Amino acid sequence: MSPLPQWIQRISGVTLSVSVFAAGVATCNIGFGADAAELSIVEFIDANIQQAYEDNEIKPSAVADDGEWVRRVYLDIVGRIPTLEEAKRYLSDDSPRKKSVLIGELLDSQDYVRNFTTIWTNNCVGRRTPRRVSRSGMEKFFREAFAKNRPWNDIVVDLVTGEGHFEENGAVNYTLAQMQMPDEAVQLTAMTTKMFLGMQVQCTQCHNHPFNNWQQSQFWEFNSFFRQVRKIEHRKVDPKTGRRVDDFSEVVTRDFSGPVYFEKRSGLMQVAFPIYMGKKVDPNAFDRRKEFGKLLVAADNGETPLIAKAFVNRIWGQFFGYGFTRPVDDMGPHNPASHPEVLDRLAAEFVKSDYDIKAMIGWIANSTPYSLTSRFGEDNTVDNPSAGEMPLFSHMYIKSMQAEQLYDSLISATNAHKAGKGGWEAQESQRRRWMQQFVAAFDTDENDEATTFNGTIPQALMMMNSELIEKAVNADRGSFLFETFSKPGKDSEKLQDLYLAALSRRPSRGELGKAQRMISAYGARGKVYAYQDLFWALLNSNEFICVH
Amino acid sequence: MSIWNNYGMGRRHFMQHMATAAATLPAMNFLSHVQANAAALKARNKSCILMWMSGGPPTIDIWDLKPGSKNGGEFNPIDTAAPGVQISEHMPETAKVFKDLSIVRSMSTREADHGRGRYFMHTGYVPNPTVTHPTFGSVVSYELGRTRSALEIPSFVSVGGGSGQAGFLGMSHAPFVVGSDGRINNAPSEEGKKRLPGRLEMLAAVESNFIKSKRGELPEAHKDVYKSAVNLMTSRQMAAFDVDKADDFLGLEAETDETKALYNPAAGGGGAMGMGGGNGFGQSLLMARRLVQTGVPFVEVNLGGWDLHQDVFNTLSQQRLPILDRGISGLVTDLKQRGMLDDTVIVWMGEFGRTPRINQNTGRDHWAASWSNMIGGGGLANGQAVGATDFDGVRVADNSKAYLPSDIWATVAHALGIPLNTVHTSKRGRPMKLANGGTPIKELLG
Repeated sequence: MSPLPQWIQRISGVTLSVSVFAAGVATCNIGFGADAAELSIVEFIDANIQQAYEDNEIKPSAVADDGEWVRRVYLDIVGRIPTLEEAKRYLSDDSPRKKSVLIGELLDSQDYVRNFTTIWTNNCVGRRTPRRVSRSGMEKFFREAFAKNRPWNDIVVDLVTGEGHFEENGAVNYTLAQMQMPDEAVQLTAMTTKMFLGMQVQCTQCHNHPFNNWQQSQFWEFNSFFRQVRKIEHRKVDPKTGRRVDDFSEVVTRDFSGPVYFEKRSGLMQVAFPIYMGKKVDPNAFDRRKEFGKLLVAADNGETPLIAKAFVNRIWGQFFGYGFTRPVDDMGPHNPASHPEVLDRLAAEFVKSDYDIKAMIGWIANSTPYSLTSRFGEDNTVDNPSAGEMPLFSHMYIKSMQAEQLYDSLISATNAHKAGKGGWEAQESQRRRWMQQFVAAFDTDENDEATTFNGTIPQALMMMNSELIEKAVNADRGSFLFETFSKPGKDSEKLQDLYLAALSRRPSRGELGKAQRMISAYGARGKVYAYQDLFWALLNSNEFICVH
Repeated sequence: MSIWNNYGMGRRHFMQHMATAAATLPAMNFLSHVQANAAALKARNKSCILMWMSGGPPTIDIWDLKPGSKNGGEFNPIDTAAPGVQISEHMPETAKVFKDLSIVRSMSTREADHGRGRYFMHTGYVPNPTVTHPTFGSVVSYELGRTRSALEIPSFVSVGGGSGQAGFLGMSHAPFVVGSDGRINNAPSEEGKKRLPGRLEMLAAVESNFIKSKRGELPEAHKDVYKSAVNLMTSRQMAAFDVDKADDFLGLEAETDETKALYNPAAGGGGAMGMGGGNGFGQSLLMARRLVQTGVPFVEVNLGGWDLHQDVFNTLSQQRLPILDRGISGLVTDLKQRGMLDDTVIVWMGEFGRTPRINQNTGRDHWAASWSNMIGGGGLANGQAVGATDFDGVRVADNSKAYLPSDIWATVAHALGIPLNTVHTSKRGRPMKLANGGTPIKELLG
């Protein structure tokens, strides 16, 4: 049985509960404004989500045990499971503040930069790098942005307005990747509003939105901001062969003024001018994207810019498996948020913090809902978003590892990063090769929800038989298995290490007994053989591939 | 849920569809433990083999020649076994079997970019940022694969890749890609096979613990996919991928040199193109026949090298057409002699055709306004040319109906017995008509 969730203890010291909020503010002498809450942002999240449990007559699951939580937080923040040493260190730490300390350490690590660079490079150019796009340019841009913890609004403006050489200004690769087909910047328009504003206006390319009052003209108004964009794919002569080969790509601004034209369903042609959320821009503006960039971050009348809400919702979704809207990038009047107050408060605080990405992730990861186990409890079986229910965040939702998480976790589990030869570059290129195979086997739909298992037979074959897995269960001198197996100590301790390395937890007594029985059944074939097969089974298991 | 109920019609409508989409996963049913039932497999299973001409083939030099026109090029037309239908002189073997094939000469498809054309021809839909449409192989896999419970290998096989995506139909209907040699990526080694039983026993122990811990459906779904993979690895139907392997139970023989020769240009003709040589097309088609024979409803075979911006005539006569000619004629002949042709639709297409005008490099550029597809077998009324282009081949002839890929796929659906009023639902709850609501080509229905 778990102790009373921490947040209750914490909140009782401050005020009573959210329901007291509306009625009781006067007694606390705080206005119900943006700064109403004496509650810190984390306390506010906890209290508000708790209120929804009560409204829906459910009880949250218990807090996750250390093994479950540490694995989750590593995967979510740094994109891999903890190594054996990291897991052991956390499990043996008795400090009451160890969670928030670890969150801080992870956010300050190189692996955080690498993980978020991977995620955002995939978001912006896809896993399959389109032709004439520089993946390394895009990665370099994000690596610098996340390493310096640049404010998110600056990052977005760079991505949306970038110009120039695709390696000198890596941000332009976003635009290049969205201009793969001659389509009058339709894809670029749709992706930009979806990714950065959380608005899916793409249906309105052809018709008015069926469930809200977005007009078809709005799509083309957005679109008209992007019609000055031009890409140039430079070629050069290869001095060795004398043949013309691909050189660099470039985004430039071309002369374009006046309206864009689109066809109504009736067949009528209409015009659209650059207008963002009712704000008109001079169609003769020299660079419309620059104007668009200014409008994106403008916070008129104290409103929270959409880019903040969209990003907060996306990050929440990344950590919990579900955002406040589903999908995370389809916000709007037709699709109200599950916890609008939490979303609003998080977004407002995010803006107030000058779009401090690490701070915002810290709030989410330190919240009580994030600390809960992924097991359903007795009284929250209805909290099952995969069955179409609204998420109540009364337990963690289980997610499937992304391809990169899987690869990096296999490396962590087997300590391959230590044994790794050839340094960072060689390791990166090995990772890239594996990812290519993975992408080919997967045909990944970038927008698939992480909470459904998209595994395929080719993926399973890869996990069962590939060179990578053979390497992982290799027992030659210097390998993880060899180290584990050959050091002094009891079998049960060694088995514990295998479980800790793969699953970040110790085996239960039952599991240990079963493992030992199976190992002894190997008899003459030998213990090493059995250890290999057990480790193979752990790495191939559902528990390994799930973020839970 | 109370809050949910306030969300109004639109939202609930969406959620229902989402629930349905999630429910398709367990339906992925390769895991029949029933030993493959030979009788069931030999039932008259309908199938489609798509020959995909990656790069955009110059159909004006293959199926719709223009003698006497300035655009006519270097080749002459020859008669075929089908009265009144002429094709290129470099397709002599195909000409002999043309009673079982047809040409649609009035394709007019708008998309002349490789990416857009590939998408449009494969799906029937133009690319749209709202939704990813399934390639037609995935549609067939979804409609027919599910009904073939004895099938242990994937129901959509792509030889050579490039077949597109399953889109909203879900990953279990994505093309299963193999090389032209039938090699499956990450198939187990002999050592791996030996160790499999022990490993799987350990795996079962770990997995069932996690499933029992009550964390939702995902852990179980993972187990199901592994079961499918193991079934595949251990299935005797894998013999279908290996042309040199016999399996009496499945009615597959090790292919004889004679059969192999059917599919390939004679040695010396067209360069080093024997089995395992530079040309995998013949072998791929032979594998396709074995897969169809085993019950796979859709096989796509990719032949590239058609993006002929220069030197079109030499390349065609020396390289591409000899391979294509033997491939098509071999497949038709082989299917026919095995009594499978009426149940197997053959489709031949690429992203687009090529310009009637010959450019300064003796090449032809991209052209989608007027070109040809080929279709055959499948019990269709074959041996004809449907539609026509004008004298110079630059547009669909005035008295001719223009066709879209959706019409080709509707014709295929008809031949496969997939109801044309079938509607699928996109992830966002939008209804999508089968083959984008195309109409079967009347003349081909007989």
